[in-house]
Amino acid sequence: MLTRRIIACLDVRDGRVVKGVQFVDLVDAGDPAELAARHAAAGADEIVLLDITATHEGRGTLLETVRRTAQRLFVPFTVGGGIRTAEEAAAVFDAGADKISINSAAISDPALIGAIGAKFGAQAVIVAIDARRILGAPLSHAEVFVAGGRKPTGRRAVEWAREAEQRGAGEILLTSMDADGTRAGFDCELTAAVSDAVQIPVIASGGAGNAQHFTQVFRAGRADAALAAGIFHFGVADVRSLKAEIQRDGIPVRLPC
Amino acid sequence: MIAVIDYRVGNLTSVMKALRSLGSDPVLTDGPAVVLRADKLILPGVGHFSSTRFLEDRGLKLAIQQRIDAGTPFLGICVGLQWLFAGSTEAPETPGLAAFPETCEKFASGKKVPHVGWNSLSIKPGSRLFAGVPDGSFVYFTHSWRAPVIQDTVAVTEYGEQFTAAAERDNVMGVQFHPEKSGEAGLRVLRNFLELPC
Repeated sequence: MLTRRIIACLDVRDGRVVKGVQFVDLVDAGDPAELAARHAAAGADEIVLLDITATHEGRGTLLETVRRTAQRLFVPFTVGGGIRTAEEAAAVFDAGADKISINSAAISDPALIGAIGAKFGAQAVIVAIDARRILGAPLSHAEVFVAGGRKPTGRRAVEWAREAEQRGAGEILLTSMDADGTRAGFDCELTAAVSDAVQIPVIASGGAGNAQHFTQVFRAGRADAALAAGIFHFGVADVRSLKAEIQRDGIPVRLPC
Repeated sequence: MIAVIDYRVGNLTSVMKALRSLGSDPVLTDGPAVVLRADKLILPGVGHFSSTRFLEDRGLKLAIQQRIDAGTPFLGICVGLQWLFAGSTEAPETPGLAAFPETCEKFASGKKVPHVGWNSLSIKPGSRLFAGVPDGSFVYFTHSWRAPVIQDTVAVTEYGEQFTAAAERDNVMGVQFHPEKSGEAGLRVLRNFLELPC
């Protein structure tokens, strides 16, 4: 039976994990390669490395980080953040990523989705959508933001997800900006709206605080996968015990792993 | 020498990395001459079935067929498995190797396509590829077309319908999932292949 995926996300700046520095028994608490290996060993179904390096000089560091991280990973590995061209994507694949995620660049140049897909396969292209609900407007009006959530685009998330699919995206990574960082649960309604609008898998992100939240987003949100960063980093939950709880709720997950 | 055949689709870094982690020193090649010298052949690949036309155009198909006839172990991964069949409805004009006479078709179950993620294997006892891999193990898939269950199927997976997750007949083998991305179970499958006698 196809299982629902639990994805651990590492936010990386200048080659260091910027969230999740609370592990006390690691030699280098902020090393992406070490954390990724640790999450995979703990049962994470995939690893996402999100580069939030703002500077151009940092790109070289990123490729080296990707190379080191990929070296020890034998589960799917996605890299996102700042990829603007097919050439940049190719360099990230070369360094060992299995999939790339594009966000702002896909909005400003939607043809990029198909261009990367044509070379590396649609399965390797994740379109990341950061969305925020609009107060007093229907859910379907939830708006897409880019530039790390700073810039509104005037585009509707559900429609953009549909277009991304038509342009050849392999998966959608949907982050609810309203829920992100709250640890109060995923935005299940928004996730369900996007999931129902497309055929490709939808990864829910933003708001994970406990196992119940994952169960909810898999059930009510109809998410195919769910991503979290904070709760895996701060010792709130390790992936394996989280999966055991989700399984007890009747959701199929990869266990043992 | 283990040859990994590069037919210009997708990203072969992960496959090479997984093989190296198992102590192998694979050669990435798109040349028939290298294929003809290889002791083992791996055909990876993600992407459209039509991209396998490259194999025919470059004389690789003929070279692979010769090596298979000579008993060289061959492992196809993902599209590499599907290519072992007569063809795929994804690209009806591009024939496969036809080691297995059936045809690959798109999932028709009404489920979401592509089939992406970790799914379980129902393993037939006695398979050499799956020696030491527990029945029910999870492996990572990403595909929209699937091979039917045939006599030589050694692992079945269910996604709305049953399909071939792995097939094996003598030295001809293929897996629909990505062993290079399937954790310990996947590495075990690759190791089993690497340890087959040449």
